Amino acid sequence: MNETPVSVSTMVEFTLDDEVVKVPDGSTILDACRREGIETPTLCWAENLTPVNVCRVCVVEVEGSRVLVPSCSRAVEEGMVVATDSERVRTSRRMVYELLASSVEMDRADPEVHAWMEHYGARPERMGDRSEIATVAQPVKVQDDLYVRDYERCILCYKCVEACGDDAQHTYAIATAGRGFGAHISTEHDVSLPDSACVYCGNCIGVCPTGALAFKTEHDMREAGTWDESSQSVTTTVCPFCGVGCNLELHTQDERIVKVTSPADHSVTHGHLCIKGRFGWQHAHA
Amino acid sequence: MWGSNARNAHPIFFHHALRGVNNGARMWTVDPRRTGTAKFADHWLGLNVGSDIALANGVAREIVASGLQNEEFIENSTTGYEDFVAFVEPWTLERTSEVTGVPVGAIRELAHAYATAGKAQICWTLGITEHHTGVDNVQSLCNLSLLTGHVGRWGSGLVPLRGQNNVQGGGDMGALPNKLTGFQDVEDNEVRAKFEAAWDCTIPPINGWNLTQMFEAMGRGEIRAVYCIGENPVDSEADATHARAMLEGLDTLVVQDVFMTRTAELADVVFPAALGWAESDGTATNSERRVQRVRAAVPPPGQARQEVDIINDLAAAMGDDDWGQPTPEELWDELRTVSPMHGGMSWARLEAEGGIQWPCPTEDHPGSQFLHGRLWERPVQGRPAPFSCVEDRPPLDVLTDEFPLRLTTVRALDSYNTGVQTEHYSSPIRTGEALSISTVDAVALGVVDGERVNVSSRRGSITMTVEVEEHLAVGLCHTTFHFPETTDINQITSDAVDPKSGTAEFKAAAIRIDRLPVAAGQPVSVSHSA
Amino acid sequence: MPDLYFGAADEATAGERTAVAEAISGFGPVVIRESERLVHAGRSRTRERRHLLLPVLHSLQRASGWISPGGLDHACAELEVPPAEAYGVATFYHLFTHEPPTSADTVHVCDDVACRLFGSGKLIKDLRDNGHHVKASPCLGQCERGPAVLVQRTAGSDLTVTAVDGGSSTTTLAASEVAVAIDGANSTPSVTLSQAGSDQLRLLARVGVVDPSSLVDYRAHGGYEALAASLTMGPDRVIDEITAAGLSGRGGAAFPTGVKWRGVADQEGRPHHLVCNADESEPGTFKDRVVMEGDPFSVIEAMTVAGIAVGAEQGWLYIRGEYPVAAARLTHAISEAYAAGLLGADVASSGKRFEIHLRSGAGAYICGEETSLFNSIEGFRGEPRNKPPFPTTHGLFGEPTAINNVETLINVLPIVVMGGSAYAAAGTDRSPGTKLFCLSGRVVQPGTYEVEFGATLREIIDLAGGVPDGRELRAVMLGGAAGSFVGPESLDLPLTLEDTRAAGVSLGSGVIMVFDQDDDMVDSVRRIAEFFRDESCGQCVPCRVGTVRQEEVLVRLSSGSTIDEEQDLLQDLATVMKDASICGLGQTASGAVLSAIELGLLAGSKSGDGGSN
Repeated sequence: MNETPVSVSTMVEFTLDDEVVKVPDGSTILDACRREGIETPTLCWAENLTPVNVCRVCVVEVEGSRVLVPSCSRAVEEGMVVATDSERVRTSRRMVYELLASSVEMDRADPEVHAWMEHYGARPERMGDRSEIATVAQPVKVQDDLYVRDYERCILCYKCVEACGDDAQHTYAIATAGRGFGAHISTEHDVSLPDSACVYCGNCIGVCPTGALAFKTEHDMREAGTWDESSQSVTTTVCPFCGVGCNLELHTQDERIVKVTSPADHSVTHGHLCIKGRFGWQHAHA
Repeated sequence: MWGSNARNAHPIFFHHALRGVNNGARMWTVDPRRTGTAKFADHWLGLNVGSDIALANGVAREIVASGLQNEEFIENSTTGYEDFVAFVEPWTLERTSEVTGVPVGAIRELAHAYATAGKAQICWTLGITEHHTGVDNVQSLCNLSLLTGHVGRWGSGLVPLRGQNNVQGGGDMGALPNKLTGFQDVEDNEVRAKFEAAWDCTIPPINGWNLTQMFEAMGRGEIRAVYCIGENPVDSEADATHARAMLEGLDTLVVQDVFMTRTAELADVVFPAALGWAESDGTATNSERRVQRVRAAVPPPGQARQEVDIINDLAAAMGDDDWGQPTPEELWDELRTVSPMHGGMSWARLEAEGGIQWPCPTEDHPGSQFLHGRLWERPVQGRPAPFSCVEDRPPLDVLTDEFPLRLTTVRALDSYNTGVQTEHYSSPIRTGEALSISTVDAVALGVVDGERVNVSSRRGSITMTVEVEEHLAVGLCHTTFHFPETTDINQITSDAVDPKSGTAEFKAAAIRIDRLPVAAGQPVSVSHSA
Repeated sequence: MPDLYFGAADEATAGERTAVAEAISGFGPVVIRESERLVHAGRSRTRERRHLLLPVLHSLQRASGWISPGGLDHACAELEVPPAEAYGVATFYHLFTHEPPTSADTVHVCDDVACRLFGSGKLIKDLRDNGHHVKASPCLGQCERGPAVLVQRTAGSDLTVTAVDGGSSTTTLAASEVAVAIDGANSTPSVTLSQAGSDQLRLLARVGVVDPSSLVDYRAHGGYEALAASLTMGPDRVIDEITAAGLSGRGGAAFPTGVKWRGVADQEGRPHHLVCNADESEPGTFKDRVVMEGDPFSVIEAMTVAGIAVGAEQGWLYIRGEYPVAAARLTHAISEAYAAGLLGADVASSGKRFEIHLRSGAGAYICGEETSLFNSIEGFRGEPRNKPPFPTTHGLFGEPTAINNVETLINVLPIVVMGGSAYAAAGTDRSPGTKLFCLSGRVVQPGTYEVEFGATLREIIDLAGGVPDGRELRAVMLGGAAGSFVGPESLDLPLTLEDTRAAGVSLGSGVIMVFDQDDDMVDSVRRIAEFFRDESCGQCVPCRVGTVRQEEVLVRLSSGSTIDEEQDLLQDLATVMKDASICGLGQTASGAVLSAIELGLLAGSKSGDGGSN
């Protein structure tokens, strides 16, 4: 009588790097790789967002497919034969990193990004001298006391747009504008953030993989040379505002809160917060 | 969504609701204002402030009149159905429309849509409870769920959205006048005996007072000393002038808080406390009854101390010095021995599972996603659910020629309650307090957007800035209440309370707007509100 | 649906409000204020209207000469589209502008591979000197008579202006002629076919013969016989005949049309769509334009036959925004067909419903990619979708969709009339039927030619009069910018699907662009690279950055760098674009470049201006 959602999942059998494996029907190739312990790089994928498969760094080779396929969004099919470490895969992954790192400032990207670049032997410098090739270099946007948008670090992974839109916040303050290499994340008519629809939930910052979007606290500390992630600790607690019970991860350095995130795998928040949860902590140090 | 602007007040809950909408769920919003929440809805019904019971009764009558009630559920799981049907009989669509202001067709559509939906939820917040009929309002919504069987099943139910992060947990712990820990009745002899044995003390066999009753008792001189923990009644009580006078008249006022609030300023003794959510270890319970761990991330500043330590030391100072130095986990484990619904929630499980929904009586119990499933057992387990015949009673602060406008209080996205916490960060979307009025009323009063005006009620008078809002119902005004230092809204809000809950009728005051002398009322520019 | 924020400082003008209202008439705004106490809106009303965004943007651009913040806010409020998203859509297209106009007309001058051989550089300079507001444009689909001009006008129809008789080394378009055309609001008349009236023609038989504005004339020349025949046959038989005819897609991928249609027809439970892809934007391609301008009713009839065959009630004709003449003639043909009962709720008294909605693109090559085209119609950025799922099951609005280009669709008419096996008697076994080719560059008589499959490259070039006297064929761009270069040694290659595939080249969209010994191939190849850089949607990394890096290499090649130094990088760029891009644009963006290297076209290049005129 107590009807609860039950997903009856059948298993699908396929070949992954020469091993026959079984995964639940509906799994993506990436899901299967993670289950089987095959590490796979991702940039635009996140567990709390709909896959957009634009970065192409997770591509794998599927027998019978003319081109490589994005493992993050391609569902496993019965009998599929997948190779995750073929020469073609390695070349494309390396090139994706080289293309990105030649045009975008990657120094604040997640550490694993640098590890993968080293793994694949990416040499972005061979694309040419930075001063002579196209890059997304531009001044940092500091338009209020909460956010910093540093688009020379933007790899256009669309995560912030998704978090601002249908995947979480439904505010739609930002979208991709322009086209081609000129495509960029923008408010309408590129108005400043305080003049836009933005409600400062910070969910865009929460999903940014390269430090293009940052809390002003972090930005200021980096500018001052005091940001030190190695001395920081993270404590999970519950937001003091309203009764929803959002989990907060308080990042602290020198006994002060320096930024707030939320666990992407928590059933209440899925990693997303509102302005109060994200920024309302400052009374702890008032 | 009925009397809830979750878009502002419960943003992350609303993410979940919108996920449902994206997947094809239909949403109706009942609210005097077309709020941010209402803008996502398929249909917005703008009822008169305080006419919720009338609308619910009208919807109920239409469901019955159209034969859409769930006969099987009513027969097996409820009581009082015949009386209820007779009671709501006068609430024809026409009469309901007349009282609520909602068109007949919309009431009919809402009734039919709710009754025929496979699954349906009613979510509400303070738009339902901050009325002098708050409890009745809730019961009128419960009637709808009983009529249709939209309760006690996954995906269906009644969803009161808690306004504060641990108001549910406070109740869980027994911070209620009539309950001991775990919602066990104070007046139940067996329950009391259990607690008296565990705590080695005697518990008075009578219910205590709620907050409103306590202020009344202060007025009568029956309460001479107050120990106030984490509450700021000087700013948060309706009719703040009265509340301040009561507190000032006490022999002793002790305030324990994380800030020097305006209440603390009146205290004889102030205990500076550690912040619950960032400087202490413990638990909090959210709106979905999920008990989660709260952890200290930073040490409390200055002389501030853990609240447990303050209370222990106070006990010792009062002569009972054997309370020891229990850790939060030890306190929690003691609680589990006397509160069956928390029995299975070990500290270790809370850590590992990221929270558990009560009731969770044993360590192998997974917790409960929803309540009242028993109503679907056959035969029904326990007491069937009673229908309630609740009368429509308009707000007590009546509209007259002298006070012709209805003021209701609302919440902004970036601020929280009296602003004690949220005033400390710089929000780009904060616009300060303004009194929103309709275009029609602005024209009638001869005031313009940005003008400073005098706003008066039967309690008092304050100066505010006017914001003219297109499409706001004529005669309706609204404002937030987050900035008591600059705009003390509670000087003018209604002092009526719901005798059943003790909650004040913040949602319905009668006010008047008067223009200031020209020099003082220069329009100022108003920046945007998102 | 959402609680949107509108922050534009200026309100929409009266003209913009009217423009928006006209564009959404028949639907109305999302929000219905039934009274001050009752408002209807919601996700489903928003979703039903989103496809109106592109027409609304066109209306705003036409009304004010730009997409103003106030106009965009108003449109967004009516359609409940977030302004940031609408801005993202508007800035995706080259034909929408985002600054107040400085002039009533914008003159887009094609400087793509063909037109730059015929003096587009000088025309741009002259027009600018004469005070026109000029933008250099990618291929305008007028390669047989370049240099081509598209005049985008505020509050008036756009114009196509070209040399009347292009191709030869003696005629070109003067700036003064452009000014005269603008003053008179006259487009240059449609081209005449050198094959016009030949009884060898199947697809072009009526072009240049019938009055394109007359349904009566169309019927007098066999029009609507196919629809009548198809209604008698019924959908299943029609698809069987298409399959028997061996018809395959003419857009480049050559997928069997019968299989595609069967796949859509077999889908149950959801509405089906028929989409005509008339977004002909491949550089060097103009054949569909010739059909749409010369025989517009044939496109409408073919869509009707196809739509009913696949069980679709809604047909969508997506035509590139740079074809104002074709769009006007198709619009007229659609309204005539409705008036005659050949479209609508009861097509030709058959009891079947079929509607056609014409949608104009706004300057984006990528929208010719089928899933980008769907997104464009739906009111989103024209970014391609990952496949699978395929359009057959998840196409327009996520519903089963048959999408064919113009040339493929008009083949349906003779197949239905003569039967699949009779149709297949022409051409070769594996490439039955006839094919349209777009001849441009160094040939005597550039234009559209219809030939039976099996003719060699040399024969087709000869059909166009061959290479002018005194010139020597150096290379042919075959299949378009997404195709490849071939040299004189390939002249005897039969242009069939099987022979080109065996030779490692592609027929693509039927482009045959001829270059001679004096043409600057490094410049042409660089222009192709520039084209892909400009037309990449920017969604995936391999194409967004890869096309930029490829063009940078070609610029370096033309300024001193040697092919040996750049070979490895070019190869790696080609590999990642081909292997890891989302769609065909990135996957083919290096084809022409690599083939040019193989042919040695980039070695020993000369420097300087590319034009020889």
